[in-house]
Amino acid sequence: MRRTWKLNDADLDALTIGAAILGTGGGGNPYLGKLRARALLRQGYAVRILPFDALEDDDVVVSVGGIGAPVVGIEKIEKGDECYLAMRALEAYTRCRATALIPAEVGGSNSIEPLIAAAYANLPVVDADGMGRAFPEVQMCTYFIYGARPYPAALADEKGNTVILGKVQDMYWLEKLARTVAVDMGAAAGFALPPMRGEEVRRTAVPHTLTQALGLGRAVLEARARRKNPIERVLEVAKGVLLFAGKVVNVQHRIEKGFARGQVRIEGVEGFKGSSLVLEIQNENLIARRDGEVVATVPDLITVLDLETAEPITTETVRYGFRVAVLGLPAHLRLKTPRALEVVGPRAFGYDLDYRPLEGRV
Amino acid sequence: MIRVGIDVGGTNTDAVIMERAQVVHWVKTPTTVDIMGGVLKALELVLGESGLSPERIGAVMIGTTHFTNAIVQRRDLAPTAAIRLGLPATQALPPMVDWPEDLRRALGEHIYLAHGGFEFDGRPISPLDPLELRKIAEDIKAKGVRNVAISAVFSPINPKIEVEAARIVREVIPDAQITLSSEIGRIGLLERENAAILNASLQDLGYKIVRAFSQALRDAGISAPFYLTQNDGTLMSADFAEKFPVLTIASGPTNSMRGAAFLSGIKEAIVVDVGGTTTDVGALHHGFPREASIAVEVGGVRTNFRMPDMFSLGLGGGSIVQQDPLKIGPESVGFRLTEEAWVFGGGTLTATDIAVAAGMAEVGDAQRVQGLDPTFVEAAVERMQQMIADAVDRMLLSPEPIPVIVVGGGSILVRDKVGNLPTIKPDHYPVANAVGAAIAQISGEVDRVYALANIPREKALEEARREAKQRAVEAGADPSTVEIVEVEDVPLAYLPGNATRIRVKAVGDLRLA
Repeated sequence: MRRTWKLNDADLDALTIGAAILGTGGGGNPYLGKLRARALLRQGYAVRILPFDALEDDDVVVSVGGIGAPVVGIEKIEKGDECYLAMRALEAYTRCRATALIPAEVGGSNSIEPLIAAAYANLPVVDADGMGRAFPEVQMCTYFIYGARPYPAALADEKGNTVILGKVQDMYWLEKLARTVAVDMGAAAGFALPPMRGEEVRRTAVPHTLTQALGLGRAVLEARARRKNPIERVLEVAKGVLLFAGKVVNVQHRIEKGFARGQVRIEGVEGFKGSSLVLEIQNENLIARRDGEVVATVPDLITVLDLETAEPITTETVRYGFRVAVLGLPAHLRLKTPRALEVVGPRAFGYDLDYRPLEGRV
Repeated sequence: MIRVGIDVGGTNTDAVIMERAQVVHWVKTPTTVDIMGGVLKALELVLGESGLSPERIGAVMIGTTHFTNAIVQRRDLAPTAAIRLGLPATQALPPMVDWPEDLRRALGEHIYLAHGGFEFDGRPISPLDPLELRKIAEDIKAKGVRNVAISAVFSPINPKIEVEAARIVREVIPDAQITLSSEIGRIGLLERENAAILNASLQDLGYKIVRAFSQALRDAGISAPFYLTQNDGTLMSADFAEKFPVLTIASGPTNSMRGAAFLSGIKEAIVVDVGGTTTDVGALHHGFPREASIAVEVGGVRTNFRMPDMFSLGLGGGSIVQQDPLKIGPESVGFRLTEEAWVFGGGTLTATDIAVAAGMAEVGDAQRVQGLDPTFVEAAVERMQQMIADAVDRMLLSPEPIPVIVVGGGSILVRDKVGNLPTIKPDHYPVANAVGAAIAQISGEVDRVYALANIPREKALEEARREAKQRAVEAGADPSTVEIVEVEDVPLAYLPGNATRIRVKAVGDLRLA
């Protein structure tokens, strides 16, 4: 028997909060995912987590997640086995059996999707992911940044349609073609990424991110229960920096090339009175400028929490009048190498800025 | 034209007579356990004291907490079946999946999934299956249930499939009371469906309450039509209210904010409404309450109603005050204030007693609170000011000074400044909520996703405007006064064909026969 541990009902509450914190404003709302995972646990399914260091070299690991549009996700709720079917279709095509699943993205709702598919498949989920946060597109996975082959991949919808992307030229084509298929499937589909060997996952993944999300969520829940300051606890657990505390005074949204872009302006309160902070958004919070000076940039995590409860606030729900704390959490080293910064650094998102680590700014 | 506005709150039932923009007379009476008794009393009092002949009244507008209470207390709810059209999608989370156990049981857990529903771009997910629906309807009939909610995936884009399903259900259950999710809610399947199910479960009570109001008005000699206020501050006719009682939920706070704006003539302000048990603090923008955009829970059920963004704190005229250590609220004597407070000869020390002892109000018998230690009274008053100032600070959006309008029966608890902001207590402030009901208009709303590849934006906007206006007229607005007050056109991320979500709201004056 593999060295795994089981996720329980209470863990789901913590995980959804933690995943939303790591979602840095994007990644979709994990609320529906939590309800689905909870329903499975109550039906007797088990969700098992495989510690990162328990991966064997010859493990076959498939990364799964949902692909589509957030607004469709809240209306056309999933049948439930879309990711599972995509994974099975990929197995049939490649004639190999997965021994574990792994999230592509720990931030937001895609932290939960692999748990559901793994429960159906009776497989464990590796305690790691390909982003350590949320990003808008699949080529931003560290798996591909560090050379995992971007094909074959599979998509499945609730009607039982499955599509195999047998060969793609690179990870950008993978994103483009998968997105097109997903839209035809109704802008909501299960997506299984090319199988990886255990050794490859160890080399490319962002490790320990499910336990990190759990730890963050537990810290928030415990602090709330004990009437302690949950924001301080998040900062302690994530070794982060309080970038700002204030009231949202302006929110601008627009869509450019399919991305939700925007700006959020926050006026300081408490120790930040007299200052203001501007967030640049492209689905996620990417850049934070305090009084004109850049204080954090992608890939470091810029996360917005309710000032009282530390409830994570997404870029879709943030609005005029919210009282928020803006936190900077350092990204994992694997997102900060020159190679990674080409794909997920500020310039990859169109900002004329060099990346400077959060740790070096304070 | 003379209107009567009535607000049924947890503590008081208020009635106000308005002639055009003038408040003619108002009364405040305790809410009774049976509610209607208090309404009739308020009506009789306000008519009697003003000497107004009931025939001169043109319309009566009522804001009531009946339906909110029914849901919160799980009382008077009819057994209700929920049918969702969306298979094979949506199976992972069947209807009522995230409801509190007791409320789900109160409705009987009659839950059905069927084929039908649409993709975001209007393609069918699967065709409607009449046989499948007929079998479901027969099962519902066999259980003796006749209240039914029907929801379909993306029905706000195309409600036809829900209409067709309702027709089939009615063939099997001719006296079925059916609520369609597309008639009530917006994008967000679970939340819209929840609202439809709650509405269906309130149908019997809706019928009863509308009859009872009608009787109360007749008993008071009033033959004018009456209206109920909805949570966006607009009115619906009695017929419409009978069909859509869920839309009355949380109309009280909206009424008091609209009333505060009307009475003060101020359109940008913070409104503090101090009631018997709670204080609601909200922000006025262009004379309307700023709306909350996050999911709003009603009795533990998530809905996506447009509700005012409010911060509520457990402080009101009836809040129970403990002396050592000093603690104010959230427990309250509620509508028993006039029996239990010290100044009324009772044995419970309340916030009202503190206000009287501090000389801020003249209510009841001041002799009875003379023995209170002045230092304690001052500390208690200070604590109340601080609680309200903190709540106001939460709602402030900028450091610029903005007036604070104080309304509601418990306004005596507030001094002339909140923090360093000046307070305004407009004339008739104790009945701002009933005034808000009396001045309410009629609205219609459309919220839909359009694929701009199929329809040009201008045409989509035009269609949405036309339909919103039509809905307002259907709800009772005078067609010549209907205008569009809100247009929201939000492009959607990751969707091709330029999908956009258009929300349009039309408002008009009440049409009078």
